[in-house]
Amino acid sequence: MNVPGTPKPRVAVHKFSSCDGCQLAFLNLGEELLRLAERVDLVHFAEAGPLDPDTDADIAFVEGSMSTPEDLERIRRIREHSRMLVAIGACATAGGIQALRNDADAAGWAAAIYSHPEAIASLAHSTPIASHVKVDFELWGCPVSGRQILAVVNALLLGVGPRDNGDKVCTECKRNGYPCVMVSRGIACMGPVTRAGCGALCPGLGRDCYGCYGPVENANTDALAAQFALQGLDPQAVVRRFRSINSQAPVFLAAANKAGRRRDG
Amino acid sequence: MGEQRRSVAIHVPVLARVEGEGALDLRIDDGAITELRLRIFEPPRFFEKFLEGRHYTEIPDMVARICGICPVAYQVTAAQALETLFDVELSPWTRAMRRVFYCGEWIQSHSLHIHLLAAPDFFGCGNAIDLARIAPDEVRRGLRIQALGNELMDLFGARSVHPVGVRIGGFHAAPPLARVRELREKLRAALPDAEALVRWTAGIALPQDDQAFVSVATRHPQDYAIEHGDIAASDGLLISPSAFGDHFAERQAPFSTALFSSYHGQPYLVGPLARLNLSHDRLPPGIQALLAETGLALPSRNLFHSLVARAVEIRLALHDALRLLDDYRVPESPWVPVVPRAGVAIGCTEAPRGLLWQRYEMDSEGCVVSARIVPPTSQNQARIEEDLRLSLLEFGLDRPDDALRLHCEKVIRNYDPCISCATHFLRLNVERP
Repeated sequence: MNVPGTPKPRVAVHKFSSCDGCQLAFLNLGEELLRLAERVDLVHFAEAGPLDPDTDADIAFVEGSMSTPEDLERIRRIREHSRMLVAIGACATAGGIQALRNDADAAGWAAAIYSHPEAIASLAHSTPIASHVKVDFELWGCPVSGRQILAVVNALLLGVGPRDNGDKVCTECKRNGYPCVMVSRGIACMGPVTRAGCGALCPGLGRDCYGCYGPVENANTDALAAQFALQGLDPQAVVRRFRSINSQAPVFLAAANKAGRRRDG
Repeated sequence: MGEQRRSVAIHVPVLARVEGEGALDLRIDDGAITELRLRIFEPPRFFEKFLEGRHYTEIPDMVARICGICPVAYQVTAAQALETLFDVELSPWTRAMRRVFYCGEWIQSHSLHIHLLAAPDFFGCGNAIDLARIAPDEVRRGLRIQALGNELMDLFGARSVHPVGVRIGGFHAAPPLARVRELREKLRAALPDAEALVRWTAGIALPQDDQAFVSVATRHPQDYAIEHGDIAASDGLLISPSAFGDHFAERQAPFSTALFSSYHGQPYLVGPLARLNLSHDRLPPGIQALLAETGLALPSRNLFHSLVARAVEIRLALHDALRLLDDYRVPESPWVPVVPRAGVAIGCTEAPRGLLWQRYEMDSEGCVVSARIVPPTSQNQARIEEDLRLSLLEFGLDRPDDALRLHCEKVIRNYDPCISCATHFLRLNVERP
């Protein structure tokens, strides 16, 4: 809590190439949003109103991936003005779903969609924030939840470092008492290699985790790819499992490439 | 820029409270607008290209990522398209619950727009947090309604941003009766809130405007069209979604990364006001009576009435969600099996911001050969420019830049543009002698 007379922490929310979904973690807070606004100064948050992109901030939350030449310049300015920079969501931590273009001919894609591709200032690759500036903390997830965001804000307000969930989705299934969809129903689930944090939402509905929280540390993707093959997935389908929302996260990228070589060889 | 003409160029970060990145170039010479264009520089995300080669089972999870605010619209439209092509006979339960799910998104998105994005304009506030200081009960009510919409999405999708419940053929799981019962009570309790919201929006002193435009929305024989219907226009057109391409075209303006749509070569309106103009006769009698009480005459030619239209649609969505959940039973299976086949799949529904049209060419393995997605905002883009031109003339071009800028913002926000997905800066570049 703030001591009367001391300035409130200055919080900024910035956005790059994304779907806006992670900012909704703030805008969907309901009355918590009004309480948050009493505890911190929201100095820049375009979608909510305050506009002051180059102002100094104690905490800058950054949504979205680096996707245009202008983005690179803008993220450098944000870094200069921010004491702590927190990347939120799959776009900011791994390039997002739009990073699926990284393995493709993006210029050809632009020409196929747009009659004036020259007007499209798009970098060949969509990349995470940490590829360009120092990031103090990464919050994974597509999307991140209000619970995750508030936990970071609370930790920082209390002066402690935010904590990250290092477990895999499997542990959340066990904790929630969900039957394993892979074992009980033969569904090709990404849970064993995916970072926890969502609460095992997909297995909770009896379906496969599709890896939207990105790779967990020490993910054994080889074993999982072998398991997928045993379950009857062809190499192309295995590639697609890893090449999805977090396709450029190094662990998933390597797993997709390995499965791709199996397909081609 | 002629030699004798003094040009003034101002870069102002203008449009907060929209979803997406845009700029407005405005140039005034000798008391006349000589240039006005809404530039969108949302970095392209190439969804239509990277959907190619993906299996049909992956499409709902992928297209959700086009928009964090209306993922349900993208998921349900894709499901509708593929289920039609694959000749899937959906269960009555699935058909009803898809609408309930979609109602949740309308409630959430509309309430967010009314309270957090649009309303501050009409009270001289910069944002909803300031608005909450002068209208605390109204803002709190709005946040409660928004939360209820999120809860409805969550009921079927386990979360409201990028929900995970839709599968081709139905839903992955059916919510348990106890949870539905609990939510039903909340929905019932929210009805007076929603009525009060309609009255509140109708009582706000909105700018007067009167413009001629064509409204386009889906229309259904019985329902207020959300998740199904044919495409109707206020000039009498009524076509099947598969005939969309015969009447509507997309082109890219050289200054924009979005594609502009036109109807028979002209701008047109999609979204809440277009829907209300075309289908107010499909509202339940109680809501028609409420609407009549507000004195809003339909069809309306004032885009500022979009605010009231959103409130009316929230009331409708609550009504329909309650009606469809009233005799809720957990079905034997929440989905039916699907056998893919090759062909062209077309889907069309009403996203919160208006008509959403999708087309997929599928191969016999159930993988995407090509995809085309026409979102509401690109359809409204030409109309926004036309509206700005007319509104600014009506407003008066000799006003100070700040007043012009604010008026442009208000006009643009009527459309709730979801320039889905980039930084939210509208830079107003005014040049005038």
